[in-house]
Amino acid sequence: MLKGKSLVNIDDVASEDFFRIFDLASEYKKRLSVGEYVKELEGKIMSTLFFEPSTRTRLSFESAMHRLGGNVISVSEAKSSSASKGETIADTIRMASSYSDIVVMRHPMEGAARLASEFSSVPVINGGDGSGQHPTQTLLDLFTIWEKFGRIDNLDVSLVGDLKYGRTVHSLVRALSRFDNTVNLISPEILQMPDHVISGMKQARRIKRIENLDDVLTKSDVFYVTRIQKERFVDLNDYAKVIGSYSFDMETVSKMKKNSIIMHPLPRVDEINPEVDMDPRAYYFREASNGVFVRMAIISMILGVR
Amino acid sequence: MSEDKVLKINKIGDGIVIDHISPGVSLDVLEVLKITGKEGMTVSLLMNVQSGKVGTKDIIKIEKKKLAKKDLDKISLVSPNATINVISNYEIREKFTVEIPQIVTGVIRCSNQNCVTNSKEPVQTLFQKEKSGDGEVFRCHYCDRTMSLPEVRKSIIR
Repeated sequence: MLKGKSLVNIDDVASEDFFRIFDLASEYKKRLSVGEYVKELEGKIMSTLFFEPSTRTRLSFESAMHRLGGNVISVSEAKSSSASKGETIADTIRMASSYSDIVVMRHPMEGAARLASEFSSVPVINGGDGSGQHPTQTLLDLFTIWEKFGRIDNLDVSLVGDLKYGRTVHSLVRALSRFDNTVNLISPEILQMPDHVISGMKQARRIKRIENLDDVLTKSDVFYVTRIQKERFVDLNDYAKVIGSYSFDMETVSKMKKNSIIMHPLPRVDEINPEVDMDPRAYYFREASNGVFVRMAIISMILGVR
Repeated sequence: MSEDKVLKINKIGDGIVIDHISPGVSLDVLEVLKITGKEGMTVSLLMNVQSGKVGTKDIIKIEKKKLAKKDLDKISLVSPNATINVISNYEIREKFTVEIPQIVTGVIRCSNQNCVTNSKEPVQTLFQKEKSGDGEVFRCHYCDRTMSLPEVRKSIIR
């Protein structure tokens, strides 16, 4: 059960809770689609502390809390907060947690959310910690897969792009490997999935590194494409070498199975050509919109109203 | 061998003897224990001495020294087979082999420079020992990165 607990790492969520979250997210999705105002969290306050830029995660968390009837207080940018004056995360979170019932935090350092959860008097949700984890993104990714296929097992899933720094794939591969799935890792040599992510998993036997996207194009059910992030490169020559690799256009998509889907945590740059957007297999905008319903479910369950 | 050709090291009255240290590693042990020689206590160091049990070994004797849990953890990481003899009034009061603990707290820095424990937060590092292939790795409780034993040795807080 999630009640009263922080959500730092996808490993913090039991597999059966995945399905509780999916059921509740589905319910909220239906209720909101008919214009219902869900008032389950009236009087509750969420703090959002984003020490790193965010568009979708922040907006969808804030939207989720408002949709539940709760309120949001936030620090818009790290440079306007006391962190810029040298305050520790420990002190910042002690203060923020005393002002609210739940805290959402994004921070550029790995482990920041774990540390925050240890100093907070209320549950902390990790909205991304450096190149560490992004567990709520994984839950909305899994929900999107579950909506499409009716299951999150017996699937062939290809993770494509930046598997080294892309935190969403670190959480996703761990979640997928709990179930009977085949996971293909397709990335440039310098952006391979770090060993520490895979070695921490109990069932890593069906995870394969694949060199060419072409080898899986006709086989996979899900293509999870990630942006190759310029800001992660110290040497821009390295960036130039890999940008544009592993991109999807209509020619690529035409080889995919009819029932397969393309996902992307967004923002995209060159990985998916906009011409693909109208294809029924393009699922990334639906995935992004699911962020609100899934985060509503997570917040409700952590705050114990569901 | 005649007696005048044997180097004699006096027994210590109170303190510790760290025996069966991997050969050539005793200086590393002293370093992680932050013993520089300026502390004033008598320190005897034997390197690469013959030992029936393990071939060669190093030995350190330190007068008037007590070891804390963190010291034992550090010794176990530097020389996993070392044995500790606690001496009191010229007698061995306690003897045991060090053991790398399942959870290592506050003795290693995380090798990930972007780990939150490498900033000025008020926390001790915490690593969980895990099996990996034939060896062991140490996983950071905060950033989830793993370090091999050779990496851990380089990262001991000195």
